[in-house]
Amino acid sequence: MLTKRLIACFDVRGRYVTKAKQFQDNIDIEYAENMARTVYAQGIDEVIFYDILASAEKRRTDIDMVRRVAKELFIPFTVGGGVKTLSDMYEVLKAGAEKISVDSAAVRNPAIIQEGALAFGSQCVVLSMQVKRVEKTAAIRSGYEIAIDGARVFTGMDAVEWAKRGAGLGAGEICVNSIDNDGTHGGYDIEITEKVAAAVNVPVIASGGAGKPEHLTEVFTKTGASAAIISSMLYSPRLPKNYTVAEIKAELERAGVAVRPHVK
Amino acid sequence: MTKYIGIIDYKAGNSPSVLNALQRLNIEARLLAAPENAGDIAGIILPGVGSARATMDSLRENGWIDFLNDRVYKNGLPFLGICVGLQVLFEHSEEGGTDCLGWLKGKVKRFDDKKVRVPHIGWNGVKFSAQCTMRDAQVKDDYFYFVNSYYAVPKDGSIVWAHTDYDGAFCSAVRYKNITATQFHLEKSGEAGLAVLKEFAERALT
Repeated sequence: MLTKRLIACFDVRGRYVTKAKQFQDNIDIEYAENMARTVYAQGIDEVIFYDILASAEKRRTDIDMVRRVAKELFIPFTVGGGVKTLSDMYEVLKAGAEKISVDSAAVRNPAIIQEGALAFGSQCVVLSMQVKRVEKTAAIRSGYEIAIDGARVFTGMDAVEWAKRGAGLGAGEICVNSIDNDGTHGGYDIEITEKVAAAVNVPVIASGGAGKPEHLTEVFTKTGASAAIISSMLYSPRLPKNYTVAEIKAELERAGVAVRPHVK
Repeated sequence: MTKYIGIIDYKAGNSPSVLNALQRLNIEARLLAAPENAGDIAGIILPGVGSARATMDSLRENGWIDFLNDRVYKNGLPFLGICVGLQVLFEHSEEGGTDCLGWLKGKVKRFDDKKVRVPHIGWNGVKFSAQCTMRDAQVKDDYFYFVNSYYAVPKDGSIVWAHTDYDGAFCSAVRYKNITATQFHLEKSGEAGLAVLKEFAERALT
């Protein structure tokens, strides 16, 4: 039986995994490659690293970082941040990542999804969407709007329609990140996760809001999400309690959610 | 010259990940851009991501088809195919209507996206057939990482090394003489995947 995936997500600044609070006051936690080694040993199913400064500094993804992290991981590894062109994608894949996450770049130039899928296969292209709850209008019927550029710029695009379009262009997975829930540690946005999961036939990744293991149980039992992103709850010094992968999987198993058993 | 495991390197493939996994296992391995560089090879791995057509085209362009037919199919060089590297061993793939190597009888079909999400992405259970598991003590039933929209339907059930449930049970690994292939990504399936890679490489190198 296909199991639900736990994906650890890390923001990288320089050599470090870093944790921000509302996009500022970063605390640098640990070297990216050391963090990769730790979560791999803990039995995480998959890992995403975002080069958070690439776009702001108008440069490509830090390829040395990708290479150092890839050496530590024998599980799937996605890279995001700074990927705008086909040749950016190629560099990231060649450095050892399996998948590329495109976000603002795909909104500006949707053709990049199709080009990436044709060149490397759909499985390499993850469409990541920043969604915000808004009033329902004729243009935004789902009540969720797409934002870009670190959730600062609103696009007027409907989240569900964008997900359908992205899947149609060849995105192999859709990651739905709730701007409202991100950083709250109060749980995923169940409504939009389910709306997107019901609208597309590719796997959907829930993101934003995980603070304790029960939040994963909730998103996997109430929505069609195939995977969920966890971040702060694994390592953030800002949270009163951190959890190991084993603790999270134990809760999911208790709730009857199929997961890859914890590595002994 | 030291014997080594060769990894067929092609543009859209993920051969660096396979090399990285073999290096972790302290196994002598090299990426091969063309058959002329193969030299004193003890076994060969065909990694695969992307489509059957792109893989076949790339193998043809770089002169691999004759090498593989001769050294692997006719003369028994140990071979390990991964993902699309399993699919191209069959006669035909529905993906782009592609004629493949045809070493194994059967065809490659698409999962039905009316019934299941396609691509099939994630960790799924793999059950190895009993006679093989006994022979290969390192290889046990476990969860492995998959990324595939297509799956092989072999004509001869005796080559099925393992199966997996998605839209019903499908053939997730084959073994026939010197040829082994897995639909799951051994280089991305954690310690379980590394164990299968190790088993293949050690047998090839001894």
